[in-house]
Amino acid sequence: MKVLVPVKRVIDFNVKVRVKADQTGVDLANVKMSMNPFDEIAVEEAIRLKEKGKAGEIIAVSIGPAQASETIRTALAMGADRGILVKADGDVEPLAVAKILKAICEAEKPGLVILGKQAIDDDSNQTGQMLAALLGWPQGTFAHKLDITDSAATVEREIDGGLQTVEIKLPAIVTTDLRLNEPRYASLPNIMKAKKKPIDEKTPADYGVDVTPRLKVLKVTEPPKRQAGVKVKSGTELVDKLKEIGAI
Amino acid sequence: MASLVVAEHDNRTLKDSTAKTVTAAAQISTPVHVLVAGQNCDAVAQAAAKLAGVEKVLVADDAQYAHMVAEPMEALILSLADKYDAILAPATTNGKNYLPRVAARLDVPQISEILKVVSPDTFERPIYAGNAIQTVQAPAGKKVITVRTTAFKAAGATGNAAIEKIAAAADPGISKFAGEELSKSERPELTSAKIVVSGGRGMGSGENFKLLEQLADKLHAAVGASRAAVDAGFVPNDYQVGQTGKVVAPELYIAVGISGAIQHLAGMKDSKVIAAINKDEEAPIFQIADFGLVADLFKAVPEMVQELTRLGY
Repeated sequence: MKVLVPVKRVIDFNVKVRVKADQTGVDLANVKMSMNPFDEIAVEEAIRLKEKGKAGEIIAVSIGPAQASETIRTALAMGADRGILVKADGDVEPLAVAKILKAICEAEKPGLVILGKQAIDDDSNQTGQMLAALLGWPQGTFAHKLDITDSAATVEREIDGGLQTVEIKLPAIVTTDLRLNEPRYASLPNIMKAKKKPIDEKTPADYGVDVTPRLKVLKVTEPPKRQAGVKVKSGTELVDKLKEIGAI
Repeated sequence: MASLVVAEHDNRTLKDSTAKTVTAAAQISTPVHVLVAGQNCDAVAQAAAKLAGVEKVLVADDAQYAHMVAEPMEALILSLADKYDAILAPATTNGKNYLPRVAARLDVPQISEILKVVSPDTFERPIYAGNAIQTVQAPAGKKVITVRTTAFKAAGATGNAAIEKIAAAADPGISKFAGEELSKSERPELTSAKIVVSGGRGMGSGENFKLLEQLADKLHAAVGASRAAVDAGFVPNDYQVGQTGKVVAPELYIAVGISGAIQHLAGMKDSKVIAAINKDEEAPIFQIADFGLVADLFKAVPEMVQELTRLGY
C-alpha cells in the first residue's frame, strides 16, 4: 500500500512571528523555515507503518515555493521514498491544496494519506477533511493512535472530552495530533542518501487547479496586548486580592 | 436567506458553545436555524428551541448521528445546505471534524475559528497561534464558518422556536464509531467554567495534581493543564489548554507551575483575570498575569486553600 504524506513549509515553531508594519501579513524575510510540526508526525507515522510492513512506498508532497523542495528533502531524509513538488508562490488556500492532492491521489492511488491536523501558520485545520470529502473517502482526524489492517484503519482520536475510536474503510485520510508519535531526527547518512531520491516538479496547472485565493485578506494585525499586573507575596495574599476584585 | 448552526451536544445536554455560535450566526444572516443531529436527543432540541434569536430547530434523530461521525454529518448538512447562505459550527473537535467536508463539497473556502463578525462577509480570525489576527473577506456565495466560542457571548434562553423533525440522510457507510473513553469529572467543563485552575510541568507528577483539585473544588473551578504536563503523562489529553488543545476564556485563570509557552498563552490569554504562580520570576506567564506570585507552588497552593477555607469557601 502506497502512503502519501503532504508536508508544508512554515515559519519554524520557535520563531516569534512579527506582523508587518503595513498590515499585509507577517514578516517572512530572513526567518527560519521548517516542516510544519504536525506534518513531521505524519511522515514519522508513515515510516513506522512501512517498518511494520504495513506500508510500501511513501511519497512526500509539498505545494509551495521552490524552497519547499527542502521540506520534501527533510521527509526523504527521515525515510520517505520520493517527492512531488507542486510549485506555487504565495498563499495557497486549503481548498486548492485539497484539489491538487485529490488529483495526485487519483494518479498515485495511495491506500492512505496522512496529513498534519493543521499548519501552524494559518491554523486552518481543513486540508485533510476537505481532501477526504472531495475523494469521498472517510477520515480519522486528530489521530492519537493508528492501527491498519488490509481493508480498514482503526483511529483513536483526541476529542474535547477524551478519546474516540472510529473504524474507517481504506482508502482513507488520517490527520495527526501531537501525541501520535515522536518524530525521529534524520541521520547524516540518511540526509546524504535523501539527496539522491527523486523529486518530481509539477505546477497546479498540471492538475488543472486554479490556486488563486478566494478569501481576500484585508489586513493582518497584532492581537491586543495584555499588561503585566502586580506581584503578590503569598498564596494568602493572592486569595485576598482575588476576592477584593470580585474574581472569586 | 438564513443561517444554519450545527448544535454541539452529547444527546443529553446542549453545549454552551451552541448558544455562542448562534450569536455569531445572527450577525451574519437571519433567521437562524439550529440543526440538532443525534440520537434520542429530544432534550437537546428543547434546549436549542429556547435560545434567543433561533427561529427553528431541525432535529435529525438517527443512530448514525449519535457520535457526530464526520461522514454521515457531511451528508446530512449537505442535504440542507441549499436553504442557507451561512452554515456555522462551534470550533470544537466535532465542528472542526465535519465542517471542512461540507465546505469542500460546496466548493467554498471555510473560514476557521472566527473571533469577530466585522460585517456579514468579513471576519477576524487568529493565525500563528493567535500571535496575529487576520481580517478576511469571504467571496460571494455560501459561507462556511467555525466559531471560536470564547469570543462570543451566549444567546440567552428567552426564545421559543418551533421544532421540526427531519429525515436522516443516507449513511455513506464508510466509517463507524467504535468506542470512546471520556474523562469523568464532577467539575465544570474546561471550556465553559467560570474559573480554571491549570497545572504545568512544575507540578512534577500526576499525583500532585490532587493539590490543584483541592483548590479547584473550593472555587468550583475546572482543572486544566499545559501541553508539557500532558506530554509528561501527568493528566489526560483533554486537560490541555493551548492552541492545539482547548481555548478557554474564563473569568479567572490560575496558572500553577506553568512557564507560559506561546502555544499555552494562545489558549488562555483572553481570560478576564489571570493569576500565575511560578518559582521562576522570569517565566513569560508573568508578562500577561494580573497577579503574579513568585513562589514554590507546593507552599503557595496550600496557603490559598487555607485562606479560602478561612473565608468560608
